[in-house]
This record gives sequence, structure tokens and C-alpha cells, in this order.
Amino acid sequence: MKRQITLIGNRFLNFVNYIGGTTMLFIRTVGWVAVPPIKKDHILAQMKKIGVDSLPIVFLTSLFTGIVLALQSAYQMQKLQAEMYIASLVALSMTRELGPVLTALVVAGRVGASITAELGTMRVTEQIDALETLATNPIKYLVVPRFLALLLMLPVLTIYADIIGIMGGYIVGVGRLGVSSAMYMRMTWEPLVYKDLFSGLIKAVCFAVIICIVACYEGMNAEAGAEGVGKSTTLAVVTSFILIITADCLITAIFYFAFQVR
Amino acid sequence: MIEIINLCKSFGDHKVLDNLSFNIQTGETTVIIGRSGCGKSVLLKHIVGLLRPDSGQVIIDGVDTTKLNERGLNRFRMKFGMLFQSAALFDSLTIGENVGFALYEHSNMSRRDIAKRVKECLAMVGLHNIERLKPAELSGGMRKRVGLARAVCVNPQIILYDEPTTGVDPIMGDAVNELIVSLHDKLKITAIAVTHDMVSAYKIADRIAMLYRGKIIFSGTPEEVKNTEDPIVHQFITGASVGPITETETAEEALRKRNI
Repeated sequence: MKRQITLIGNRFLNFVNYIGGTTMLFIRTVGWVAVPPIKKDHILAQMKKIGVDSLPIVFLTSLFTGIVLALQSAYQMQKLQAEMYIASLVALSMTRELGPVLTALVVAGRVGASITAELGTMRVTEQIDALETLATNPIKYLVVPRFLALLLMLPVLTIYADIIGIMGGYIVGVGRLGVSSAMYMRMTWEPLVYKDLFSGLIKAVCFAVIICIVACYEGMNAEAGAEGVGKSTTLAVVTSFILIITADCLITAIFYFAFQVR
Repeated sequence: MIEIINLCKSFGDHKVLDNLSFNIQTGETTVIIGRSGCGKSVLLKHIVGLLRPDSGQVIIDGVDTTKLNERGLNRFRMKFGMLFQSAALFDSLTIGENVGFALYEHSNMSRRDIAKRVKECLAMVGLHNIERLKPAELSGGMRKRVGLARAVCVNPQIILYDEPTTGVDPIMGDAVNELIVSLHDKLKITAIAVTHDMVSAYKIADRIAMLYRGKIIFSGTPEEVKNTEDPIVHQFITGASVGPITETETAEEALRKRNI
């Protein structure tokens, strides 16, 4: 019994520790963003790594999601002879929900894991200590460029995913279900308002913060050895996934109840 | 001068540094010896400010570095050069960028001047024309020497070596020792090395100090160390498996098992 209570207590302390650690990392990162010099080369290199290199996988996931979304709704809509509404359904679900969330999950898996593995290896091979002895702050040098790159690129990737997903729906709607191209496009644009796109982009920005801070925190606190880095990488991906889904739920609820963006 | 006063540091229940006090004279090479895991590297990291002590002070040229904030500490760190156990070269950068890192980041020197300085530093450690290579393309010994070049590139006043000969073959180990001695003769800087390689310690040290159970238990010239009658130091330098160090460890182990 005593052992179980100790275990629960330890878990709780670790949890509080984690929240504190990530929050501090976030605050310090934001604090360092404004401190010159701003390393454009580093940020651009990270933007390529995070954004441009993610284009193919984001393309595939959102295209297929768009196709599946259209096919699954066609199953019901055909009964009501309302195939043209598939366009609106795909457009709204992609921009408001699936575009930002799917992109964030893909990027967390691809980029978050690589950030943790890279920083974790730097930690265990003393490269982060070496940075400090060379009078360079590791947060400024390593975290800030990744933070800014993610903050800029995740919304861009999200818009890209929205467009590709809508394209996927178009392929099914126009190609298979016999909706005319003009009708499909009209039914895509008509229900879409700026707020839909905007709420998706706000989500993307929040997810970018989550992915970057969790990945960097896990990497910088990796324990010694290949096993330590592996463990941190797994934890980073799992934690980001959970936080992304939770944040998505929260933001959607906030928008729904507080701002009435429906 | 570096004064370390009543330094304490624990990791969990494990007390690594226990009220450690010790002085290091300017211009001397001090070697700190001790068993693996006894806290030598931890001590080194406190001197350069990578770790903060639980209590105690590290006073370098009259400034208590444990009280400095990040910015002050960074300014202070330009006085230091540090060679890490695994060299800790940045593997995403080339050798040239590694050696000149601090200059690229913190000085107003032109790229051409930095390149020249990098070349000089690499020549000092006997390496030529490798600026464009990546660390992964070098052997362990070469990496250590590049690490050394990076440490001296900023003209430090104090240089710290964390196990300079670990991980290189004996011949390269001796070459690294020679390099440390010659750098010391050339640059007249204060050096602190941490090692358990006694050959290396005798070769480079002006003064040898032994760290045991969180305290400096002995400090003297290499001659004094060789002739000491202190049983603990004697067991360590002769490398005997039987003696006071191992006896206490066995007794403690037994005690711990009984408590469980």
C-alpha cells in the first residue's frame, strides 16, 4: 500500500515537473526570440527541413483523407440525392478540423521525432554542454530557429493540406458521383467563411508550439545512451499526439461556446 | 586564481561533492584524479558554470561565478576553453566552423580573419587542410585534437580537459599529452585536467589533487604523489584492487544489502 502511494506520488511529482519544465522552456524560448542576432540562415534551413520536406507526406495524407471523406459521406448523401453537399462537407471538415489536426500529427511524427533525436544525441554527446562553454545559449541557438520555423510552416502546411483535401473530394465528387465541376466548386466556396479558415490556422499555431516545445524539452533532457534518446523520442511523439488531440478539443469548444464560430 | 569554497552537490540521495574546498593557482596545470564516477567531471562542470552547486562558491579572479546570471556567465565563459571527454564537436558543422564557432558567434572578426585563426589553431595541434571535413569523417584522436583547437581558438585564460586521453590509443594519448604540455608552455594558461590515467597525470601536471568521496583528500606535486604514504592515494596510483578504497566500498555494499 505504502509503495503504491509512493508510486502515485512520484508520478504526480513527475507530471508537475514536466508541466513546469515545458512551460519554462516555452517562456525562455519566447524571451530569446526577440534577442538579436536573428539567425536567418538557421531559420530558413529549419523551414526547409520542417516545411518543404513535409510536403509529400502531407499531400498524401490529406488527398486520401479528402477522398475517403467524400466516399463515406456519399454513402448516405446518395440516398437523399444530395451529392452536391459533399463538397461543402469536405471543405468545412478539412479547413476546420482535419487539415490542421492531420498535418500536426504528421509533422509531430516526422519533425518532432527528428528534433528530439537530434537534440537528444547532442545532449548525450555533450554537444549542448559544449555550446554553453562556447558562451552560446542552447535555447537561442537550437530551440528558437526550430520554434520560429514550425510557427511559420505549420500554418502554411495546413492551408496546403486544406487545398489538397478539397481536391481529393473533388476527384470523387466530379469524377465518380457525377456532380458538375462548377457546382462542386460553388458548393465548396459558398459555406466557407474566413472564420473557418481562421480557426484552423489558430489551431495550427497552437499545435506548432506544442510540437516544438515538447520535442525540444524531451531532447534537451534525454538520458544518457542510445536507449535514453530512443525513450525521449517515443515520449515526445506520444506526448505531442495526446496534447494535440486535447488542445484540438479545447480550442474547438472555446470557439464554439465563446466566439460562436459555427 | 580559482578558489572553490565548501562546494556541495547532490544528485537525488547521492552526495557527489561534499563541502569541497580547493585552490588552483594561475598558470599551473592541476590534474584532478579519482575513480570513475567519483564526481571529477561534476567538479569541472561547476568550475565552468555548466552546473550550479547546492551550496558553496566558485571564485574565479575574485568573481563568484555561482552568483552570475546567464549573461554574466556567458561573458565569463569567453575566458574558458574546454576539451570534452568525447570531444563534443558539433556534427552538423564542418571542422572549420567547429573550431571558429565562438568567433563566428561572438566576435566582430571578418570571415577571412576567422579562417586564418582557425588554420593557426589547427596547425597548433598538428592538423592541416581539414577545415571542410565533417567530424564524422575523422578518427577519435583527430577529433580530440580538433576539440583542443576549438578550446584554444578564443585565447582562453583557463583551459579545462575532461579525460583528455580517454578513448584514444596509447600513442595518440601520449601525443595529446605532449600537445597539452606544449600548449601550456606556449600560451602560459591555467589548466585543469580530470583523468584517471596516471601516466597522463604525471606527464602534464604541476600539481595533482585526488578527489575521493566528494572531497579533495590530497594535493601535491607529482613527486609528492609518487612518494605519498596516504593509503588511499597509494592504492589509486598503483591501481591495486585490494586496499582501503575497495574495502570501504565492499563494506558499504554489504550494509546497503542488509538494509534492503
